[in-house]
Amino acid sequence: MLSSKHFISLKNTPKEDLMLLIETGFSFREVLERPIKKVPTLSGKNILNLFFENSTRTRMSFELAEKRLSADVSNFSASSSSLNKGETFRDTVQNIQVMKVDCIVMRHPSPGSSLQITKFVDSIIVNAGDGSHEHPTQAMLDVMSLYERFKTFKNLKVAIIGDILHSRVALSNIYALTTLGVEVTLCGPPHLIPVGIEELGVSINYNIDEVLDWADAVNVLRIQRERMGIGLIPSIREYREIYGVTKDRVENLKKELVIMHPGPINRGVELDGDVADSDNSIILDQVLNGVAMRMSILYHLLSKGDAI
Amino acid sequence: MIKGDKILKGKWLLVGGKIYDPFKEKYLKGNILINNGKFEGLTTDSVASGDINTLDCSNKLITHPFIDLHAHFREPGREDKETLESGCLSALYGGYTTVCLMPNTNPPIDTPELIKFIIDKTSDYPISVLPIGAITNAQSGKELTEIGLMVKEGAVAISDDGIPVEDSRIMRYALEYSKMFGIPVINHAEDVFLRSGAVMNESVESTKLGLEGSPHITESIMVSRDLMINEYVNGRLHVPHVSSKESVEMIRRYKKSYDTISAEVTPHHIYFNDSHLNSFNSNLKVAPPIRSEEHRLSLMDGLRDGTIDCIATDHAPHNIEEKESDFIHASCGMIGLETAFSGSYSALSKQKFSIEKIISLFTSGPCKVMNIEKKFLEEGSVAEIVVIDLDREWKVSEDDFKSKSSNSGFIDETLDSRVIYTIAGKNCFINQ
Repeated sequence: MLSSKHFISLKNTPKEDLMLLIETGFSFREVLERPIKKVPTLSGKNILNLFFENSTRTRMSFELAEKRLSADVSNFSASSSSLNKGETFRDTVQNIQVMKVDCIVMRHPSPGSSLQITKFVDSIIVNAGDGSHEHPTQAMLDVMSLYERFKTFKNLKVAIIGDILHSRVALSNIYALTTLGVEVTLCGPPHLIPVGIEELGVSINYNIDEVLDWADAVNVLRIQRERMGIGLIPSIREYREIYGVTKDRVENLKKELVIMHPGPINRGVELDGDVADSDNSIILDQVLNGVAMRMSILYHLLSKGDAI
Repeated sequence: MIKGDKILKGKWLLVGGKIYDPFKEKYLKGNILINNGKFEGLTTDSVASGDINTLDCSNKLITHPFIDLHAHFREPGREDKETLESGCLSALYGGYTTVCLMPNTNPPIDTPELIKFIIDKTSDYPISVLPIGAITNAQSGKELTEIGLMVKEGAVAISDDGIPVEDSRIMRYALEYSKMFGIPVINHAEDVFLRSGAVMNESVESTKLGLEGSPHITESIMVSRDLMINEYVNGRLHVPHVSSKESVEMIRRYKKSYDTISAEVTPHHIYFNDSHLNSFNSNLKVAPPIRSEEHRLSLMDGLRDGTIDCIATDHAPHNIEEKESDFIHASCGMIGLETAFSGSYSALSKQKFSIEKIISLFTSGPCKVMNIEKKFLEEGSVAEIVVIDLDREWKVSEDDFKSKSSNSGFIDETLDSRVIYTIAGKNCFINQ
């Protein structure tokens, strides 16, 4: 059993919880390999995917996970602009609450929103990304994919490369990886590395060549094109030159480097296509593990340990 | 109509307690006798006889009520959040009998007519309401208001609080022009470009919460600009809600050679640090933001050595809808009048501030800044008395507030001390 009712942050999630979710994740991976990829575990449970922000793959991944656990699934999408039309966040959520859902999977642009709705509703809350705060299910599928590849977290070195400041993936990854004993280095332009983050037990290195040389695996973050031209990233070609995980850089390494990316990839910007498609890339495993891991999380939150 | 919980008709004797005069900085002996709301004298009688009623003040501290330099009541415009009447009630229950009101209402108080509106509407309240006029028309930062005419109607200072005066030339003119009226210019010091969309202080705490942070230099950059302009034109600058160490150091440096600078700090900036935001409590979302422990301690050092003259509340009521939206969209500000003394006392007594010094930060300190003349217990004058229980613990609850709003970061905090009685003339306001 997990130590918390909701799945909102990995900040204080104990190692035992992380390992339990990973192990169960692999059991569901097996289910996904079967001809009929469905189990009756969450039959009769209602899950609402409440997305206040656009998302294609996270929502699809959750929806597949929910359906394969036989839950009843509803979707609600609202662009963040519609939130500004007068109805308060609390009203929106309480309207949904009276319709009696067992679990709400929420994506929202504002940090803390997942924690906040636990005060307004009784449902179990799963954070599917709250602004640039956390994205704990993504971090869980990342650590599951690392474990699948390396079979251990011992002595593992992982680098997270790119725009750490605006990423929702970075913080959850840092919490999960450091709890599991993994050494973490962050690499990116200095002004895109948030103040004081080294206090969370990670190192910072602005030199990508040194970092690639050091790491066993790299998690390459997507550079959002909307960050260009507002003084944060001067141009795509400059970013690629300084921080791109390019074919040349990877080929020059005297070792194998495992490549991860939360998607969607800007090919030729933060990551070269050849590298993304190489044998050392586990990017598509991440996607598959994403469904299995979300099944694992929902199973533990909603079924309270019934047989799979 | 504002009325006390008890009307002190006839003669009343305040029995027991220690009486402290913050203006003369001395303790007085005896028991206070008031007659139909006027101070009649100190007597050695402790037993009331005949027609005299008694108010038990034993083991309490009795002193002059407080003066707030920085409150936002929302009238005119947002009376759903706070009216002049509800704000004044909140002040009275917090131990205040004088409040200076910031002009950022809707419309902003930027004309002599609007100053008069505030004065007229509050003239029969048992509390002095002193309006502050806007520096620029509609707080747009572009043209100076009719400062002279506003002062004539009763404005005690000028400020575009909530919005910084970005244009240095306008700031220069405001400081230079208002010299002839002898009033302070109060500028909300924040470099809005550096702040950008920030919603809290920038530190490891904002990193942990994934919230955009505003670096502390956002404030000190503008404070230093204001200090330089002020020195250049020999003006009268008051720095509101100082929040950072660098600002304190800058003010300290200029104050050494220059006595026309003053500054205030809020109770919430000396009580909380930014790690308190870890549960995304939007009641702690304020402007300037609550900063890290290092800054909190430096603010108290500033109070200790006189760099910061007084404590002012920045009482900023918001309705629940605006505070219960998500953190990014929640409005900035918290109410403060009712918790100001207890919150400050809790923070400052832990730093070994004497009770006399703490009282001065609420009385003689703000009076000096705003050039307000007050006397304590003058025979024949209207009674203005506050009675404080320094030994009482107060676990603050949402239901305690007399303000129309309850957006307080102090809810659920256990504070040392509580204001028990505020006596304003015949009205006695009582916190049970």
